[in-house]
Amino acid sequence: MTVQETSIVGRGNKEGGALFRRWFKSLDDAAQRGEKAAYVFVMGSMNEVLKAFDMNITFPEITSLQLAVRHIAHEYLEEAEDYGYSPDICGYVKADVALQLRKGEHPMGRIPKPNMTVFTNACNTYIKWGEIWERLHKIPIFTFDVPGHRQLGVHTQPGDKQFEVDRRYVEIQIKELIAKLEEVNGTKFDIDKLRETMEFTNQMSRSWARLLELNRNSPSVYNALTDGTVFLGVANGFRGTKEGADYFANLVEEMEYKVANGIGTTTDESHRLAFVGVPCYPIFRRFSEIFAEWGGTFVQSTYLWFASGGTNRGYQYDLDNPISSLAEGILLSVRDAMDSMFDQTTMLRNAIDEYDLDGVVYHPIKSCRTVSTGLADSRRQLMKDTGIPSLLIESDMMDRRVVSEAQLKNRIDAFFEGLISRKQQAAASRRI
Amino acid sequence: MTNRPLIFDSWRDLPLEEVLRICRDTIEEGDFSPVLKWRETGGKVLGHFQVYFPQELAHAAGMLPVMVRGAPVDLLHADSRFGSYLCSILKSSLDLALSGKIELDMFVSHPICDAARNLAAVWSRNFDYPCQILYLPQNANSQGTIPYLRDEYDRLLRKLEEISGKKVTEEDLRNSIALYNRSRALVRELYDLKRSEPWKVAAEDAYSLVAIGGLIPVEEHIALMEWVVPEIHKIERNKEDRIRVVFEGAFCEQPPLDMIRTIGRSCYVVDDDFLIGLRWLTGDVATEDDPLYALAEAYIERSSYSPVQHDNRKTKEAMLLKRAEAAEAEAVVLASAKMCEPGLEEQVAYVLALDENRIPYFLSEFEENMSSFGGLELQVETFAENILFA
Repeated sequence: MTVQETSIVGRGNKEGGALFRRWFKSLDDAAQRGEKAAYVFVMGSMNEVLKAFDMNITFPEITSLQLAVRHIAHEYLEEAEDYGYSPDICGYVKADVALQLRKGEHPMGRIPKPNMTVFTNACNTYIKWGEIWERLHKIPIFTFDVPGHRQLGVHTQPGDKQFEVDRRYVEIQIKELIAKLEEVNGTKFDIDKLRETMEFTNQMSRSWARLLELNRNSPSVYNALTDGTVFLGVANGFRGTKEGADYFANLVEEMEYKVANGIGTTTDESHRLAFVGVPCYPIFRRFSEIFAEWGGTFVQSTYLWFASGGTNRGYQYDLDNPISSLAEGILLSVRDAMDSMFDQTTMLRNAIDEYDLDGVVYHPIKSCRTVSTGLADSRRQLMKDTGIPSLLIESDMMDRRVVSEAQLKNRIDAFFEGLISRKQQAAASRRI
Repeated sequence: MTNRPLIFDSWRDLPLEEVLRICRDTIEEGDFSPVLKWRETGGKVLGHFQVYFPQELAHAAGMLPVMVRGAPVDLLHADSRFGSYLCSILKSSLDLALSGKIELDMFVSHPICDAARNLAAVWSRNFDYPCQILYLPQNANSQGTIPYLRDEYDRLLRKLEEISGKKVTEEDLRNSIALYNRSRALVRELYDLKRSEPWKVAAEDAYSLVAIGGLIPVEEHIALMEWVVPEIHKIERNKEDRIRVVFEGAFCEQPPLDMIRTIGRSCYVVDDDFLIGLRWLTGDVATEDDPLYALAEAYIERSSYSPVQHDNRKTKEAMLLKRAEAAEAEAVVLASAKMCEPGLEEQVAYVLALDENRIPYFLSEFEENMSSFGGLELQVETFAENILFA
């Protein structure tokens, strides 16, 4: 490895991890000082506005999944179930309920109590979750309503009558949110500060879109599932900040370097796959390893689309019209995120050629009906339209009680055997 | 709509008990023959999923609005379209359509929950007719909400005009609103009766009378209710030793009629959230000025509550306490459909509020196609006796 390679390759994961730890340290420090934080979610976090008020921000989806990655989620889930929550609801919610009951105790540091929560309707459980905090902490909650597309494949655009009706509604809510934040924080809103955070998001969005594009190359330069989750953590936690914008500029530089030098994320990239759904966090590394053992790597993932809140669109805010442009950007991006969950077939159809995919892995999970409900039907449609091999495996993102590694491995092994046989047959028929 | 042949008239000229039996059988057996009859005579059908839909829009466009709310059926096709961890209503609703038991010209769903918001896409991939989402607002507390909803109704109405081939005037809408106002008033009268003299009407009969309203033209529902409700008033029956309960948890998937019947054997169900979408608007909708605005305004300002609508002014537990108090209920049956995320989450808040207010409750889960009620009957009986003889 050259000196340059040593310094650049792997930098993204290292810096991402460091930033992530710094973010949690800042939250812990805030909690120790008795400060509070805004609780937000990955789809439509409104980070640009909240950061313009210099608020501490926490993403409960991320704090919850960290518990699963660290193999201690079951302790939190059981505590919430003892409190009364059903085994059949979202694991993120339950882990967070226990976290709140434990006064923010988390392996990465103490999570501050909320002083406000803002959530979109991109996931209905966001709303139910917000209601839980409203009851537990007596805090103001703000439901930020982003109307999605009304019909499969029919997407209104800026200038269309319906889009403008929706934009007007979103814009009014942004103004109401700002007024509420002034009240909660006791400070005046500064529109230039908003412009600044929006500019950082513009930079990050350009980089994010470029990052996704770079994995079209072969060999792929990152694993969309494992590395991608690190990138997502930074993309959400540092949205609207200079650190976030700089991180992604550096990451793009690293990936472009890898592309230019043919450095892949794996030495044996035999099968290029797309992942659809939410990762299996209770066995996060192992899940990818089972695929890697067959030379399978995830070059694309719908998770990178929806869990980035639609940042994959690369939308650029118009800083001369910040509020109106923010409304437009939120509508377009959050809708994109929703489509990645409800109508990923259209997007995957394009990805098959763009990313030279050999197969698609659908991973519906018990915990998340938003993402999982339509996957079996969506898979049927994609296979009918394209004939691409696919695998549907069910497990969970939080609850190890519904994750059976042996069963998963059996299904995955069979999938690869089929995939290999199919490739061999195709090669044989080409020879004939 | 007035010149069309009647599609649900077998009850006419029959005694009350027979009329109630016909209504019960139609609902219990998942009999969609009235809807098929409507289509056979050239009528167009709009299927709307739970919870609320402004049926006035479809009616004004000359279509029959039918509430798609699942049914206790064996799944033949839908299982392969969905994952494992889902409520039954989602699957059975699609199955009814895939098996041809119900034929539609348009399907409308709402983003009420994480599972249901997938329905429009799933339905679109399986049927050629338009499948849309009516984006009822999730922020009930913005200045922009009512104007937005008014425009959303307008958008949908344009689509309905396209399908029905009928241009809808403001006058058409006002007429439809007036009819639905009358229908809702009759349902409110039935519920007043449930609260004041619950021994006169069995819970499953009241349920069926409301449910029929989601299947037949509003004019026919009004005719049915205008005959039945006064007849129920006339009944002379003695009050029995049963406790007064509110049933909470049936805002979307519906409990089987047998479950309601079972509870009714030891309790008077004096209020509930059965089919709350059909009773969502709690007062008359204005028929002057802009009718679309009036419908939107009523949805936000004069409406009930459910776990799938957040309104800062209406916490669900406070609303449940109000419902129980207004009905002078002694206890609450807190039920949730299996795998229903909003219902299950709300149960925790309900339990805490009921505990705090020392109101007894009976906690349960149900599924629309469950068929064994022996255990439930014994538990409810014991629960009721504990209260009666405490």
